[in-house]
Amino acid sequence: MSADSLERAFRGERGAVLATITRRLDGDLALAEDVVQDAFVAAAVEWDRRGVPDRPGAWLTTTAWRKALDRLRHQRVVDAHAAAAGETVTWDEIDWEQSSLEDDQLRMLFACCHPALSPEARMALTLRSVAGLTVPEIARAFISTEPAMERRLTRARNKVSQGRIPFRVPSDDLLPERLAGVLRVVYLIFNEGHAATRGDLRAEGVRLARLLARLMPDTAEALGLLALLLLTDARTPARLRGDELVALAEQDRALWDGALIAEGVAVLERALRLPHPGAYTIQAAIAALHDQAPSFAATDWSQIAGLYGELARIDASPVVTINRAVAVGFADGPAAGLELLDAVEGLERYVSLHAARAELLGRLGDAAGADAAYARAIALSAHEHERAALIRRRTGRSPTR
Amino acid sequence: MNYLLTLYYRDGEGPQQGTPEFDAEMKIWNGVLEDMKRDGVYVAASGLKPETATTLRRETVTDGPYAETKEILFSFIIIDVPDLDAALAWSRKLPSTEYGAVQIHATEGLELA
Repeated sequence: MSADSLERAFRGERGAVLATITRRLDGDLALAEDVVQDAFVAAAVEWDRRGVPDRPGAWLTTTAWRKALDRLRHQRVVDAHAAAAGETVTWDEIDWEQSSLEDDQLRMLFACCHPALSPEARMALTLRSVAGLTVPEIARAFISTEPAMERRLTRARNKVSQGRIPFRVPSDDLLPERLAGVLRVVYLIFNEGHAATRGDLRAEGVRLARLLARLMPDTAEALGLLALLLLTDARTPARLRGDELVALAEQDRALWDGALIAEGVAVLERALRLPHPGAYTIQAAIAALHDQAPSFAATDWSQIAGLYGELARIDASPVVTINRAVAVGFADGPAAGLELLDAVEGLERYVSLHAARAELLGRLGDAAGADAAYARAIALSAHEHERAALIRRRTGRSPTR
Repeated sequence: MNYLLTLYYRDGEGPQQGTPEFDAEMKIWNGVLEDMKRDGVYVAASGLKPETATTLRRETVTDGPYAETKEILFSFIIIDVPDLDAALAWSRKLPSTEYGAVQIHATEGLELA
């Protein structure tokens, strides 16, 4: 078995091992990554001969820690680490409590999402160091080459190590701002998987959201994000028909994942009982209304329009504005929706703006206006699945079964 | 860990010398530096004379900082703090973050006389 395939098989263990070693090395992520990599190489040889040990995570942690001590001794580093380098390691010394493992992963998440790193570096580092994706997997997700991704990750890790980006959950005064950054990275990872219909990234996004929700059960937005991802992911089986993205109105609701919806709604209800629900919680509430509606026509549009109004107050982004107009178009009629769309400026390059305009104009009976708006949306679309759906909607065909 | 904070302002922005705003800002600067000394994080600091900036590249000496630089380096501070968040917290207290920028570098092998 190669070190790479071992990494994939023990993806969950990798994150825990790396986080434990990084804490013990006082936040030196670059060194920790190197020795964990060495431990996987050693495991590829050792486990092949003697079989997988009972506790692979503990084996990897002990091996990685020994390798770290070897390196530190070798470098004769005269600093805080040098004292630890004199210790001898035993199996018992490794703290293998589930709670401390997860605390370390939470620290890792905050380090990887530190604002001193570029947004792209935060996502790549989180996928590598917390989620345990391999470099080739991350390179594919970002449509980049392996050497380029390896360089980007090395640069980011060196910044964490040499700049001393702290390996801890931030103090209360910094926490709201930093947590928002962490939630954003998890959301973007899921969203990338959702837009490009890549199941692995979607699954990692959900896994990270679950970790955050478990570790911060009293934080509304941590629960809100998990609920949003679950309630969105529940519709995945109905989103694609062949190569074409299926709009919500045309999805076969029987294909939606009832277990995910039930779990998402339960998490949402907990989030709504906590103080300070924010943008993710509101979006989750909107997703829950869609997921629980028996049909597109029977959707509670006025409540959804109201929720979008609230969302627009805290997040006046183009996507929110457009979605709000669509919801108002169903709740109060297409003219009201168009009025909202016409009031916004600077969104001319958004596919969804033109798609929404086309839909509303069509329902008002303006066939020529609708056709022109569809043409504009199709010209701007960069996703193959999306373009296919727009072309079909423009010609007014019903979805192919 | 020692961090070098380099302080920049944009030409024409920030309070002008001789105005009450300038004097008020000087009080804040002095207060932050005193706090740094009191907390034991202060290592060194100095203002710079931007108009004296001269660049040597290979054998060519030119006037001013790099031609492309729009922000002018006017001061530096070296502090000794545990990590980047602590360095950021001190940097936030500096008045020039309002109209300029503070760049933060971890140092390697700092030697002081």
